[in-house]
Amino acid sequence: MKAMLALEDGKTFECRSFTGPCDTGGEVVFNTGMAGYQEILTDPSYTGQMVTMTYPLIGNYGINPDDVESDGICVSAFIMREYQEFPSNFRSTQSLGAYLKSAGVPGIDELDTRALTRHIRKAGAMRGIISTKDLDPGSLSVRAREIPAMTGRDLVSSVTSDFPYFWKNNVRMPVYSETSPLDSTIWRERGEKLSVVALDFGIKYNILRCLEAAGCEVLVVPARTSPETIKNLKPNGIFLSNGPGDPAPVTYAVETIRKLLGHAPMFGICLGIQLVGLALGAKTYKLKFGHHGVNQPVRNLSTRRVEITSQNHGFAVDMETLNQNDIEITHINLNDNTLEGFCHKKLPLFAVQYHPEACPGPHDARYLFDEFVGLMQDS
Amino acid sequence: MPKRTDIKKILIIGAGPIIISQACEFDYSGTQACKALREEGFEIVLLNSNPATIMTDPETADRTYIEPVTPKALELIVEKERPDAVLPTLGGQTGLNTAVAVAEAGIFDKYGVEMIGATLEAIKKAEDRELFRAAMDKIGLRVPNSGIARDMDAVRRIAGEIGFPLIVRPSFTLGGTGGGVAYNPEELDNLASYGLDASMIHQVMLEESVLGWKEYELEVMRDKNDNVVIVCSIENMDPMGIHTGDSITVAPAQTLTDVEYQVMRNASIAILREIGVDTGGSNVQFAVDPKTGEMIVVEMNPRVSRSSALASKATGFPIAKIAAKLAVGYTLDEIPNDITGKTVASFEPALDYCVVKIPRWTFEKFPEAEDLLTTSMRSVGETMAIGRTFPEALQKGLRSLEIGRFGFGADGRDDVAEGDDPTDISKLEQKISRPSSGRIFHIRQALYAGMAIDTIYELTGIDPWFIFQLKRIVDFEKSVASQAGPLSHEKMKAAKRLGFSDFQLGHLTGRGEERIRDERKAACIRPVYKLVDTCAAEFEAATPYYYSTYEDENEARVTDIKKVMILGGGPNRIGQGIEFDYCCVHASFALRELGIESIMVNSNPETVSTDYDTSDKLYFEPLTHEDVLHIVETEKPDGVIVQFGGQTPLNLSIPLLASGAPIIGTHPQSIERAEDRKYFQAMLNKLGLVQPANGTARSIPEAVAAADSIGYPVIVRPSFVLGGRAMKIVYHQPELENFTRIAIAASPEHPVLIDKFLEDAIEIDVDAVSDGRQTVIGGIMEHIEAAGVHSGDSACVLPPRSLSGDEIDEIISATRAMAAELSVIGLMNVQYAIKDKKLYVLEVNPRASRTVPFVSKATGVPLAKIATKVMVGRSLAELGITKQAMPAHISVKEAVLPFDRFPDVDTLLGPEMKSTGEVMGIDFDFGRAYAKAQLGAGQHLPKSGTVFISVQDIEKKAVLPVAADFKSLGFSILATRGTHRFFADNGIESHMINKVSAGRPHVIDAIKNRELQLVINTGTGDSPRKDGYLIRRAALKFNIPYATTIAGADAMCRGIRAIKEKSLDVMSIQEY
Repeated sequence: MKAMLALEDGKTFECRSFTGPCDTGGEVVFNTGMAGYQEILTDPSYTGQMVTMTYPLIGNYGINPDDVESDGICVSAFIMREYQEFPSNFRSTQSLGAYLKSAGVPGIDELDTRALTRHIRKAGAMRGIISTKDLDPGSLSVRAREIPAMTGRDLVSSVTSDFPYFWKNNVRMPVYSETSPLDSTIWRERGEKLSVVALDFGIKYNILRCLEAAGCEVLVVPARTSPETIKNLKPNGIFLSNGPGDPAPVTYAVETIRKLLGHAPMFGICLGIQLVGLALGAKTYKLKFGHHGVNQPVRNLSTRRVEITSQNHGFAVDMETLNQNDIEITHINLNDNTLEGFCHKKLPLFAVQYHPEACPGPHDARYLFDEFVGLMQDS
Repeated sequence: MPKRTDIKKILIIGAGPIIISQACEFDYSGTQACKALREEGFEIVLLNSNPATIMTDPETADRTYIEPVTPKALELIVEKERPDAVLPTLGGQTGLNTAVAVAEAGIFDKYGVEMIGATLEAIKKAEDRELFRAAMDKIGLRVPNSGIARDMDAVRRIAGEIGFPLIVRPSFTLGGTGGGVAYNPEELDNLASYGLDASMIHQVMLEESVLGWKEYELEVMRDKNDNVVIVCSIENMDPMGIHTGDSITVAPAQTLTDVEYQVMRNASIAILREIGVDTGGSNVQFAVDPKTGEMIVVEMNPRVSRSSALASKATGFPIAKIAAKLAVGYTLDEIPNDITGKTVASFEPALDYCVVKIPRWTFEKFPEAEDLLTTSMRSVGETMAIGRTFPEALQKGLRSLEIGRFGFGADGRDDVAEGDDPTDISKLEQKISRPSSGRIFHIRQALYAGMAIDTIYELTGIDPWFIFQLKRIVDFEKSVASQAGPLSHEKMKAAKRLGFSDFQLGHLTGRGEERIRDERKAACIRPVYKLVDTCAAEFEAATPYYYSTYEDENEARVTDIKKVMILGGGPNRIGQGIEFDYCCVHASFALRELGIESIMVNSNPETVSTDYDTSDKLYFEPLTHEDVLHIVETEKPDGVIVQFGGQTPLNLSIPLLASGAPIIGTHPQSIERAEDRKYFQAMLNKLGLVQPANGTARSIPEAVAAADSIGYPVIVRPSFVLGGRAMKIVYHQPELENFTRIAIAASPEHPVLIDKFLEDAIEIDVDAVSDGRQTVIGGIMEHIEAAGVHSGDSACVLPPRSLSGDEIDEIISATRAMAAELSVIGLMNVQYAIKDKKLYVLEVNPRASRTVPFVSKATGVPLAKIATKVMVGRSLAELGITKQAMPAHISVKEAVLPFDRFPDVDTLLGPEMKSTGEVMGIDFDFGRAYAKAQLGAGQHLPKSGTVFISVQDIEKKAVLPVAADFKSLGFSILATRGTHRFFADNGIESHMINKVSAGRPHVIDAIKNRELQLVINTGTGDSPRKDGYLIRRAALKFNIPYATTIAGADAMCRGIRAIKEKSLDVMSIQEY
């Protein structure tokens, strides 16, 4: 079905919807990974975004029940050069098209994705509308400009879990506060495993899988869980998750984190580093078109080695605003020298901007989960 | 940490001649490495015997040794040059094996030379199957069950343990020579005994068969700080069981989820660490069970490879250059990414296109060989195509192959035998279940006939994803064919996006190519050019490396400065190889020297010409009229050079000219006229030159009449083909009729040429350059073998050794006269024959020839560069090229033949070219230069022992002096009955041995028992394959040097005499 993508600056792209009629908006970003589309689709950090895959052939290996990062599709639309309707992989149970359709998310192809990517690279990530109903460039661009901007929007509220849950054997096990009060008695494997509270700002399942594999019992709590509740849980460590959008408006989380600083070893990933950065007094800013891909080189400043990392963020911590007395920069991005990781010089706290849990992407930085465990064991 | 300062002088080992499985990708890699290290200030010493390489250009290294790539030569160079380090990972398996041999002999230790790039230990761990298995066990990776055998008893025992089918892999060989799949004990006996012989260490591995599993390759780089990146993943379309060099391959991997890909990535990193590749690149191959995803490690190569060259071209990431820098101490994060100019090499390229590589086979050259693909590589070249969809890339690739196809069928060129029903499903099933060079087209027929994807998958093991892509093309073809009238805008656009050529659409619609082109242009459907930038547009790219596609945005950066486009040669094949790429690269260098923008167009991923920094712009595109014209229309070059890329661009020159392309240099009509018999004859008459009596024929009766008037023997061949395709000397009429039929089929639009064959004539090759006013001879080469052996297969010597001054003068003036008559501007090659003191002109080709690089190396005069400058308007006088260079040394070129890859093919030489490559030997006398060339070609001339001589009756007299010479060198002579008697009658002592047909022990027993050190055996190759054939094959198999011509035997004898007098030494071309 014929469709059109219009950007807020008036640029339009003819394309096709392979999932039927649609009319949807969001921020248009591009991801340069050549595989891993199912993980990308289900990554809550993409909430509010229309993701363009720069690799042209998408859908090749279908969809399987396992490679999910949340319980559903999070992107607002999925854009590619050529949708592959005929998947082939021993784990595939359905096609990408059927998967998108069942979630009501538009799948868009036959678009010059390289032209779109180049435009975004030059002009920056921007809002856009994709429609099969309205193919008028003028009216679509006007509507694109009416979409709320990414900056200043709290998207965490819309993706965080409504209830706390334990993560065990790849399954979410809800905790009902009526029967299990949120305090230190809640841990079932206390002593055997490290008790970790994970603040859910849009957490990816693979972070939970990695924490579990590293020997943690993980309790995921909603983003607005109070610092007192978390303290009452007496965790061995606190994990700050990834999540979508701008960290600055997520003030409640920043407050919570500030109050928890030093209470227990803390590890943050992606939005987690931005929130803890804000809690430590630094500032964040919006990147021109963000980092979305699986090939970002990051230097670990202590080992001098380079990790090839998986990344997905549109905002970053301004390195200049970090209090250098307290904070040590541990990782930087070799492409654009942006901040990729820091630790606290006095408190047991470290965070990274990239995704050591990968999914999709290289496993080069998996060691960070062990470092978190080490930090908890030392405390 | 920056580069090492403790090493200053580095010795790089090249790969030697082009052979199957080791082609010009190693020139590409080696040249890149030499350039990179020289930029860093290292002094580079190079060993490579292949003159047709950019690597052996005097500017590429500080000291260039065009010497045999043998342990002995390497040792001598080490002794002479005392390098600090040797980099053995750039010269393919040959380079690696040579380095290993020298290292194991303690030579490197003796002279304090460090092996960089890969240590001896790492190489052995990767190459020795037992050590490799142990290493993989240690890191928890599975390799196929296997066992190592050193004799046939062990072979049978291990086979019993593994079970059939199983793979036989000889250790330490190239491209799996001698390997194969055995389905039963009988096949096992054959394969294993051949494999034991083929192995350098007399060892074969028998391996669990994973036939039908999916095959993947990862190109991995690691630096001394243990930073690792995966440059590229490659998925083989053809499953395990077909050598990766013979598989259609695709980058990046298409059917792996990220989860599965990361398992493979982790495994490959673990493998590099465990094997100990600390600074460089490796290729790791995996097999994956399509039903369960189980993964096993197939092998790893701790060096640059054919796949790494492909990966470099597919991604824009220059693996060899980076590997060289890592070897001298840099780390990945210290090396800039040239393509973006802003980022560093420690990242993993992101592709936003699909790359398809398709092998190019030449089974047509070896009619006796079975067109069957196995674990032993057979293809001689490859083409790569880039598209934004798989069908687009595949169709571009197929029309780049130079096999007369315009895409995935739909071009009216299907090879359906007469009486064959193309819809006969059982026949189609049979065809596609057998891997062959034409299988892809058989699959198309099967799809066309309605065969289900699943059925094709079951029969071929090709992943259904690929078959579905093929089906899309076929379905679209059907939808076009069923439609009347012009194509709609939407349909036309969709067709181009699926990679259909105008020719195919013209064929399908019956509207013809030109009409389709006009209609398409009227509809404003034109290709756009996109960049290969390593980063999927995330960063701005500095390097203009383009491919075409049909989308919205065109990224071509067209300048308005003076620019010239060079058309390359397409995939390597026999008759058209690296020599033409060499000329194209030189054209580009010359343009750069003149400040003219150079634009290269080529589709061959193995070459230097398609390196992103060889030319100012690179278009990685098929060399077809349509694709080239689009680039001409986009770039609007001031000139287009067609005379360097061999036959491929020549075939395009007339159509391009008609389309208004500004072809520079010799006018295409002159080039064509030189091929035109009548014009050629008229020209010779006018100039007072003669050619052998000849005629043309368009039918068999015409051919018979022509041959009768000329007199047998005659040479029969089609016109307009390069490399002597379908060319033969025939002695009588039935043979003539038979062969004329083949020749007509090979080139149906052109007449068959019939020439008098000049028996025992001396053949001469001349390369010259002309600016339209003046013609300067580049070099005169005298062939070693007599006329009748294709010039590409004949050894030759420069300067000529037996021509008189008068004869040379006659050759020079004839060459000049013809250059003037043909208004040559640029290069020209003439082939002459001298018989009974009379000069005959055999052929004139006003274009670059195969011998241009050899002549340039032998004389130090860069002919192709000069020709380029002439073509853009410089005169030879301005360039200071006014007379022929007269080197004091002797240069010998020897052809290298692929017979070891084709077990059933006779090793006789004839008018049809069969060689894949060449080597050069340089010294101050003929014997020594010839001996070096033989060594370089893999013939180890014995200094003593027994020579076996068996020749046809007509040659018995001619062999007498050769036999006498061998006697005088202390060799004893073994001869079959007839030859023995003849020798006895003429006073030469010899021992008699049985022919194969005369009972045992016979000559082959003697070969097997290593009782013979040299075999001289000639024949016409026409008699039923008995003695001669068997003897020649046995000599090849047991690696006994052999001569199949008297002239070759005589030259060998001179070579042996020379090395007996004084052992060979080495000297760099900079010293000559």
